[in-house]
Amino acid sequence: MEVVLSLVIGVLGAAGIWLVLQPRTFQVVLGLSLIAYAVNLFVFSMGSLWIGREPIVVPGTPSDLDHYTDPMPQALVLTAIIISFATTALFLVLLLVSRGLTDTDHVDGEE
Amino acid sequence: MSVVTQLLATLLPDLIVAPIVVPLMTAAVMLALGESRRGANAVLNVASTLGTLCVCAALLVAVARNDVPAAVVAYLPANWSVPFGIALAIDRLSALMLVLASIIASASLLFACARWHRAGVHFHPLFQLQLMGINGAFLTADLFNLFVFFEVMLAASYGLLLHGSGRRRVRAGLHYLTINLMASTLFLAGVGVLYGIAGTLNLADLAQKLPHIPAADRGLLHAGAALLGLAFLIKAAAWPLNAWLAPAYSAAGAPVAALFVLLTKVGVYSVLRLWALLMHGETDALALFGANALVWGGFVTLTIASIAMLASMNVGRLAGFGVVMSSGTLLAAIGFDHPTVVGGALFYLLASTLACSALFLVGDLVERARAGAASDAPIHVEQTDHLPFYLEMRDVDGAANLDDREGALVGQPVPWAVAFVGVSFVAFALVIAGLPPTPAFIAKFAMLDALVGVRQAAELPARVISLEGWAMLTLLLTSGLFAMIALSRAGIRYFWAPQQRPPPALRALECAPVVLLLAACAGLVIAPAPVLAYATEAAKAALQPTSYIETIMSARPVPPPPTRGQQ
Repeated sequence: MEVVLSLVIGVLGAAGIWLVLQPRTFQVVLGLSLIAYAVNLFVFSMGSLWIGREPIVVPGTPSDLDHYTDPMPQALVLTAIIISFATTALFLVLLLVSRGLTDTDHVDGEE
Repeated sequence: MSVVTQLLATLLPDLIVAPIVVPLMTAAVMLALGESRRGANAVLNVASTLGTLCVCAALLVAVARNDVPAAVVAYLPANWSVPFGIALAIDRLSALMLVLASIIASASLLFACARWHRAGVHFHPLFQLQLMGINGAFLTADLFNLFVFFEVMLAASYGLLLHGSGRRRVRAGLHYLTINLMASTLFLAGVGVLYGIAGTLNLADLAQKLPHIPAADRGLLHAGAALLGLAFLIKAAAWPLNAWLAPAYSAAGAPVAALFVLLTKVGVYSVLRLWALLMHGETDALALFGANALVWGGFVTLTIASIAMLASMNVGRLAGFGVVMSSGTLLAAIGFDHPTVVGGALFYLLASTLACSALFLVGDLVERARAGAASDAPIHVEQTDHLPFYLEMRDVDGAANLDDREGALVGQPVPWAVAFVGVSFVAFALVIAGLPPTPAFIAKFAMLDALVGVRQAAELPARVISLEGWAMLTLLLTSGLFAMIALSRAGIRYFWAPQQRPPPALRALECAPVVLLLAACAGLVIAPAPVLAYATEAAKAALQPTSYIETIMSARPVPPPPTRGQQ
């Protein structure tokens, strides 16, 4: 699981960086989204990777980290997803405004 | 005085959260009032900003008053016990930054109320949210909470940068947004790495745990710290991550740009705070990780900014590179890790922030004078970089009093508006260049005295008077010279060139903030000793954060009130 997840993060991050360096605004916004996914997965994996473990205490199970997954990174990722979602939406608006003002989708507003 | 003391003592732990909550609530009320009632919003905004200024001043008095070597007060907003919930904390450094932020915000807001706030929608709520983000970043003692306040601050700044719209702002805004989104992802990755290693996000707890990190994890720790540092350096506009700053700040409306000067200082503050807390462990692996990067990065930033200043003609761009220059100086000074040097740097931070903000405001008045008197709506004017002045001046028609024979320029009355703008331009240019008798000169002198001074040579470790010390000396003086050349060239071009233009129409609301900032600079000159002593104390406490850590770790949640009669 660790190998698969690191591969996914790596591929998402690499593709995102490549896209951010492209000259078209739409490519940049896709790249930023991919990088945000990569970082969110990365933060998520920083707690510890387990399958089928509860993040919140259930009665009957001893309350230590051997029986639970760390809930903290999940809370962090939730916040981070909201923030990146909002900023991506703002970027899309800006992209459209720029396109309308300059008649080009180049990031510099000119070819 | 005892009444004040008592009042502060009763209010104190809870008062810390006011600089965050007041702007947030004000913004909410403004949104409910709606954009149609702009007058009411403006009044609310001014009231809230001035109120926050008073609160911050009270907090400053509270932490400065204590005779404890490092006064720190911690507050637990959600009443969770310490490593689990978010903690806020104020010490001398935070209080100083809060007061500076409130002063700049008040000046910028007054200036905006003259006319800029009419250039687009939602200026006032965005302004308050921006203040909330800035104040929160100065107050928080939690790494992830710092990230959240950075995002609040940035989200508001995206809106403010685009205030007034226009092609130039949209273009600069696109670049600004992209680079800051990248910085945020780096920040988040760094937070993730540090959490993965230490299992905590509370800064004080992190500072206690990091020295016990096993050697196998040190590489990861350094990588995480470097990622975080990179995010802050992008915000602080360190070279080579600062190409976005000058276009964005010069494209933004003048009051917005004046407020944005604070954003770079938030980056500098975060570098100082986190570096001092996390990288000052006793172990070799932690001790001063990245000090050389800070010092030499600061030097290169300073050099590039000086050269860029020589290449700029527009007042907005000059002020923008002044901001970068100030960042470079501060980062290099922080890297020296010496309380007196950092104390001088904090004094320099005060002076240069006031001056750069003011220069953006004055620049707006200057540009308006150039655009002509009938310029109540030059907000949407597309500014391009101006031609060098000798090319532009060919257009001046023969009627101008160019020539001695055609009539004397002497004796011609200078309109008071031109005089006011000119005098304030000269004053702030002197501060940015760091010439006597300005506060920036005192600050530079304090830094250099600590670096190469003979007086304290006995107590200085040998490494301080070194290649870096001499490099700092040279660069501080040279950058001052370059700034002086660039600014006086601009001043000559704007104020001494013969102009057939009517003087700019100034409003009292536009002069007041400039006078306010001028008075703040003057205050720093008239009474530098207490401020410098305070700054040195703040730097000492920030660099030796034992009491900061202990105060936060020993903060206890408030016990629940006794319940009356269980039913």
